[in-house]
Amino acid sequence: MLSKKTKETLLGPLSKNNPVIIQVLGICSALAVTAKLEPAFVMAISVTAVLAFANVIISLLRNTIPNSIRIIVQLVVVAALVIVVDQVLKAFVYDVSKQLSVFIGLIITNCILMGRLEAFAMGNGPWQSFLDGVGNGLGYGIVLIIIAFFRELLGSGTLFGYQVIPDVVYEWGYQNNGLMILPPMALIVAGCIIWAHRAYNKDLQEK
Amino acid sequence: MNKQSNVYTVVYASVMVIVVAAVLAFTAMSLKGKQQENIQVDKMKQILSSIGVEATAANAQAEYAKYITSTMVINADGVAVEGDAFNVNVAAEVKQPASERKLPVFVATLADNTTKYIIPMYGAGLWGPIWGYISLDDNGSTIYGAYFAHQGETPGLGAEIDKPAFSGQFVGKNFFKDGIFKTVTVEKAGQKPLNGADYVDAITGGTITSQGVSAMIGNSFAPYETFFKSLTNNQGE
Repeated sequence: MLSKKTKETLLGPLSKNNPVIIQVLGICSALAVTAKLEPAFVMAISVTAVLAFANVIISLLRNTIPNSIRIIVQLVVVAALVIVVDQVLKAFVYDVSKQLSVFIGLIITNCILMGRLEAFAMGNGPWQSFLDGVGNGLGYGIVLIIIAFFRELLGSGTLFGYQVIPDVVYEWGYQNNGLMILPPMALIVAGCIIWAHRAYNKDLQEK
Repeated sequence: MNKQSNVYTVVYASVMVIVVAAVLAFTAMSLKGKQQENIQVDKMKQILSSIGVEATAANAQAEYAKYITSTMVINADGVAVEGDAFNVNVAAEVKQPASERKLPVFVATLADNTTKYIIPMYGAGLWGPIWGYISLDDNGSTIYGAYFAHQGETPGLGAEIDKPAFSGQFVGKNFFKDGIFKTVTVEKAGQKPLNGADYVDAITGGTITSQGVSAMIGNSFAPYETFFKSLTNNQGE
């Protein structure tokens, strides 16, 4: 159904060309929102949506943008897009907007957005750019959710806010690891994911 | 046309800025009415939340009318002054000296006919404002329920203040100890306030936000002391 190139654009970022663990983009927000699964999930969806549409808009404009101010143009498009989305949410689904409020700033500063706009959307058509945005958003989301899964499970004993480690285990003397809640553990978990990923994909290992 | 020329660049930037500004201004203005309405309804939901009534956006106005039987604005001497409690800008009031503040009080009557007093709070967290509502029993001392909210505290850390796991800790704490007013504080696990006041546990990894909550309660509640004291005396305690 999809051509080989299209497939690569959409699915490549999920593993072999992952924005977080291969390109090392978007690490800052990966630290900030992965203490619990729920915000990680919301962030993954938000970034995917914004990235896909920003990619399309920049791709449509790409032949008109003067080279010397292209980064500024990209930034304005992303910022405007995010604010419009936020305003619409505030008017029609206020509860969702309250949930997202904190992520708005984090989306604009996410390096994946600028990275993909600059590296892909500036040189490819709208449809390809849309797929690239969706693919990279999902690739980012997968890593976020894996990190959040371990941090919430080991740090709070819950998943999506529901307790999964039974009370009886705590009575035996098990303790939640408070360190998992703190930002450094996000880096260490990300490091472990990179380790496992490269051990499996030997062609990614640097000599 | 030369797309790299200065003229083209300047014109392009100007047009882009005007278009974006127009789009944003149009969006903001056309949605403003609806957003204001949502904010009012949400405020009602927050006030109700502090007495344990979970309203939805659809029934918030009806529930608010049902439970909040009266409102008043008082000053630091506990005397009622003119004003509409719902529209008092708490964010601006907390910056004034305690003696000059307008202090809103929401009086709720619950299904079992008990009376609760709801006090709004406003303060600063790590990244931005935090606010909330605390409801007290009619003895003017015991906390019946609490609600906290924030604009942009770190998700999973400081942002946990809006979860029941945190606000639920306040239930049953007292503002008066042997007749002396001592505000409830937030302390790191294992620590206690030196003056013997009631306290709750802070959030691990959310130290600054927790300290912000503690400061907010202290600052927002202090001017109400006289008013609470009059309630305490009514009960003969």
